Amino acid sequence: MIKETMALTKREVKKWIKNPFLLLMMLIQPVIWLGLFGKAMNLTGLISVPPDLLNQLPQQFRDQVPVLLNKMISETFGGTTDYFTYMAAGMLSVIVLFTAMFTGMSVVWDRRFGFLNKLLVAPIPRGSIVLAKVSSSVIRGMFQVLLVFGIAFAFGLQVGDAFGILDLFGMLAAMFLLSLGLSSMFLAITMRIKSHETIMAVANLLNLPLMFASNALFPIKQMPEWLQTIANFNPISYAGDAVRAFILHSNAGFDLAKVVADFQFLIGFALIFSVVGILIARTGLRKG
Amino acid sequence: MHVIEANNLTKRFGNLVAVDHVSFSVEEGEIFGFLGPNGAGKTTTINVLTTLLNPTEGSANVGGFDVEKQDGKVREIVGLVPQDLTVDEDLTGMENMMLQAKLYHVPTEVARERIREALSLVGLADAADRRVETYSGGMRKRLELAEGLIHYPKVLFLDEPTLGLDVQTRVVMWDYIKKLRDEHKITMFLTTHYMEEADILCDRMAIIDHGKIVALDTPQNLKDSLGGDIIELEFNRKMDDQTEKLSSLPQVKDVKKIGDMYRIKVSKGEKALPEIMEKMLEMNLRMGRVSLVKPTLDQVYLEYTGRSLRETQGETEEVWRRMRTLRRIRG
Repeated sequence: MIKETMALTKREVKKWIKNPFLLLMMLIQPVIWLGLFGKAMNLTGLISVPPDLLNQLPQQFRDQVPVLLNKMISETFGGTTDYFTYMAAGMLSVIVLFTAMFTGMSVVWDRRFGFLNKLLVAPIPRGSIVLAKVSSSVIRGMFQVLLVFGIAFAFGLQVGDAFGILDLFGMLAAMFLLSLGLSSMFLAITMRIKSHETIMAVANLLNLPLMFASNALFPIKQMPEWLQTIANFNPISYAGDAVRAFILHSNAGFDLAKVVADFQFLIGFALIFSVVGILIARTGLRKG
Repeated sequence: MHVIEANNLTKRFGNLVAVDHVSFSVEEGEIFGFLGPNGAGKTTTINVLTTLLNPTEGSANVGGFDVEKQDGKVREIVGLVPQDLTVDEDLTGMENMMLQAKLYHVPTEVARERIREALSLVGLADAADRRVETYSGGMRKRLELAEGLIHYPKVLFLDEPTLGLDVQTRVVMWDYIKKLRDEHKITMFLTTHYMEEADILCDRMAIIDHGKIVALDTPQNLKDSLGGDIIELEFNRKMDDQTEKLSSLPQVKDVKKIGDMYRIKVSKGEKALPEIMEKMLEMNLRMGRVSLVKPTLDQVYLEYTGRSLRETQGETEEVWRRMRTLRRIRG
């Protein structure tokens, strides 16, 4: 089981490495989002007091205003006044989501091109086919997370003053759990689907809500209540939360309790979805 | 010993009966073929025999194992060269083979040796380290064939092994397939909708139509079953109807007059023709033109199914797949 899974994972990873164009395409979207969207919105500029209004205030308040405003923004945006940093952290979860979706879609290709039949004729446990898909998706996801993080860093992502290697690992751990759960979920859905049209529709149906009904792009607090409810069940929110906590790790404080809660949710999500997802996906390989 | 045995094998998809109570057996070392148009149930039969699908009714054994209940055992001993091109374009020939070896639990050391052997058997040894992307359609098919051999299967299933290949490449492919049978004694089950292919490769073949076997024998016997060869002749001048006279000649089974031409059915054309010509000269019947027509599988097919091998519309999915495979092979 393990050997076959490894051999198949190797194939997936090899295919991906040998296809730099694919990798580039996968990265373009988050990078465009980061560059255009993340950089376009300037939070501190968005909520500023006009100078003539400011001048009417007494001197001692005048100095307090920017501090107050920054504190308000920082509170809402999980500890940063830089929207680019806020969004870049959320984008890492989004890229994991996209990668998981692409893995799901690759099953349909494998089926259409007859590769899946070749695997099914071979004397290998059916589970290894599913496991290989999940593990290759996780590997790709992790790699892309690091790459996008590097790009964001080059574009001016501001990490907290206490950010260290442990935070990086913590961030990757959160991404790993998210990737495991999401990849299994998509596989469970796509393993039974036979046409590309259906899969595109399903992918879009799931992807956009998952991305927007989370804190990836906007703080949950600002959303209408019904949307908040959804966002609070969305694993991407928890992953985004944890990643932000690690990236913005500052000497001033680290909300450990909150990060632990995030991880509890993520571990639960990853466990349940990977077990159930892989079991469901396996039934998709049953003989007709 | 029967390596493959099917008893009333039936596969239904909803209302569609893809394979309809098919029974046959294949001997060890034999090349057995299924000839039929698209959508006749050839691929479905292969899918059942290679454990991809469960039969709806009836049963089948491969290598003594039941394809439904002992599918794991069956998978160990069969190889499949699918109709689709499933070799991975992004990987090299060697990498593709290595993956296949891992899937069949061939230890790496043994695999290297076998891969070299298999690749040289199909004439791809020099291209082993090139990406499959750079291979021609024929090379890809041959790699597909080599992959099917990695675990020394007892039975090799070939689904339309030369679909979409040009004539020369097809002949090369046939040589490889024959070599496999002659040198490695592998039992082969192949499907095709090319008459020639069935004729050249198969020891025995079944004509399958609408999921049913309508005829099963050696290609030669099937052709003989048509009742022999046809001698077509015309006289050197206008004459009255000579059907009766011709019918009385030795070895003649039947005479039909079509316009000025007579079609004479005989069992062994080469032997009958000189004798008939001699007799005719004795009877002072002079010919203007004579030719010997050997029966072909085309005519056999016509005889058994009532129509020529048509390119009928299969399932949408199958047509789609076929078109894609053709496109990819022709690049």
